[in-house]
Amino acid sequence: MTTAVIKIVDLVKKFQMDGICVDALKNINLEIKNGEFVSITGPSGSGKSTLMHILGCLDQPTTGQVFLGGEEISKLSANQLAKIRNEKIGFIFQAFNLLARTSAIDNVELPLIYAGIPAGKRWQMAKERLIQVGLEDRLNHKPNQLSGGQQQRVAIARALVNNPQIIMADEPTGNLDSKSGLEIIKMLHDLHVQKHTIILVTHDLNLAKEAHRQIILRDGEIISDNKK
Amino acid sequence: MDFGEILKLSLVALKANKVRSALTMLGIIIGVSAVILLISLGSGLQNYITDTFESLGTNTIYVMPGRVMSDEGGFGGGAPSFAGSKLTLTQMKDIKKLDESIADASAMIEMSANIKYGNISKYAKAQGITDNFFAIYNIEVDQGRGLTKADIDQKRKVAVIGADLKDKLFDGQDPIGKKILVGENRYEIVGLALKKGGGFGGSNDLDNAAYIPITCSMDQFGMSNVMTIIVSAQSKETIDQAKSAIKRYLLKKNLKEDDFSVVDQASLLSSINQILGVLTAALGGIAAISLVVGGIGIMNIMLVSVTERTREIGLRKAIGATGSDILIQFLIEAVVLCLIGGGIGILIGWGGSLAAQSLIPAQVPLWSVALAFGFSSLVGLVFGVAPAYKASKLDPINALRYE
Repeated sequence: MTTAVIKIVDLVKKFQMDGICVDALKNINLEIKNGEFVSITGPSGSGKSTLMHILGCLDQPTTGQVFLGGEEISKLSANQLAKIRNEKIGFIFQAFNLLARTSAIDNVELPLIYAGIPAGKRWQMAKERLIQVGLEDRLNHKPNQLSGGQQQRVAIARALVNNPQIIMADEPTGNLDSKSGLEIIKMLHDLHVQKHTIILVTHDLNLAKEAHRQIILRDGEIISDNKK
Repeated sequence: MDFGEILKLSLVALKANKVRSALTMLGIIIGVSAVILLISLGSGLQNYITDTFESLGTNTIYVMPGRVMSDEGGFGGGAPSFAGSKLTLTQMKDIKKLDESIADASAMIEMSANIKYGNISKYAKAQGITDNFFAIYNIEVDQGRGLTKADIDQKRKVAVIGADLKDKLFDGQDPIGKKILVGENRYEIVGLALKKGGGFGGSNDLDNAAYIPITCSMDQFGMSNVMTIIVSAQSKETIDQAKSAIKRYLLKKNLKEDDFSVVDQASLLSSINQILGVLTAALGGIAAISLVVGGIGIMNIMLVSVTERTREIGLRKAIGATGSDILIQFLIEAVVLCLIGGGIGILIGWGGSLAAQSLIPAQVPLWSVALAFGFSSLVGLVFGVAPAYKASKLDPINALRYE
């Protein structure tokens, strides 16, 4: 429980926007341990999305170092990052981002395709995850045949299917009614109990309180980091 | 990610937009079927001409007035100048006995004339020939008799008519003994030639002709010379020997190099085939342009598809697809589109050429199928690259945000 799954040292991220240099993140130092349930909040423009993108290996820092499971990722190539995203990170998005024309189980299988796992085994693994999120009777439903909450559960199954080190949830309840939202939050708690590391990015402070550790960003800096 | 997976992915994507995929394919379908059809017509024509030439005998040598063939064997010299012919019947008789390599010689004058029986008048060939013309051309007499040496020498006004001309003029009646008008002169029909056939729609120039003694046609058309001397060599192997003997003889008779051409079937055939080959290639090339246009259509649709599926691309990248995974996925989609279109195009082109066979001797060569298939997949690759590259370079962060 004490190993750092994520370690960030002196992270700086700058953007060029219309020729003006914007400091999105200024000198961030952060350590997230295995099995933690962390929320990152802050007003818009605070840099929380940028931080999530870097933690999710979708983006790289301007300067500083990022370690993921002990591996320095800030200097990796695009293909190496894709591999890390595939193996170590599971994404849950606000808009679910399921492929509309494919069944629930095919959606869940998607990361396994890129991991090069053979079809039969893939199907088995995807089915297990869908059972885990309570959708065993919805395997072959297309996304438009599922409710929002069910779609997000498919997305969670997809995030889990590769058995990643980190679950990255970006406003996971943003597109859901409150009842479905609560279901998803409960599911995140369950995952936490099952020792998954969860990073929840939200602007909703009430939602952020669900996490066991709350990090608040403002203007590219961490202004508070509280553990329950 | 293995190839089968990607193929499955692209088929799912293409199936999801059936109408669009079908319309996009249409360009390729039209292009490929046009290529197949035109090549099949061209090469069918080539085969037909080869067959026809061979049915006329492969040992045949033509002596024509003027310079027809260039030295390389192509039609470099222009058309034969029949009007200024310096070839004579006497030369023909000499050539017959010229060399052991020569089996026989005949001469002809070919004119077009109105041929009339009763009230029916048809435009056909009036072929002035010598008695051995039928033997050299493998023409058989169906009824009556052929033209004899006596007919020629005595300028008898007799004629043998081809099967098609007979059908046109006589409508089932027995033509033997009937009188026809060839131009101004009256001829008695003494024989009917057996149908040669094999031409377009089953007809042949030789079937639509009235054969009359060459001496009569010289008088009738006011010619002192013959148009062509037709020589048959003893065998294929003696063709060259016969040709040079004929050349030597004619030069000795004070004819100049430019006054005549000695041409054999084989070199004539290869020249014609050369021309037809160029023609076929040109037609195929024009059809290939429509394939390129089809390819542009594919590129257009693929670019739209990439934009439409920006979020999908973003998601795929977020969960671990590399740039090359995405590149290959879209590239395969374009190629599959082209290959399916190409396959359908081949079937349509093939079907079209089968349908055309009743009119024109079309024939689909296998290489043209391979060419069309290869070319259409090439089109898919070439025009699929730009959209696929665009997709592969999308930044996942922006792509996921894309509305």
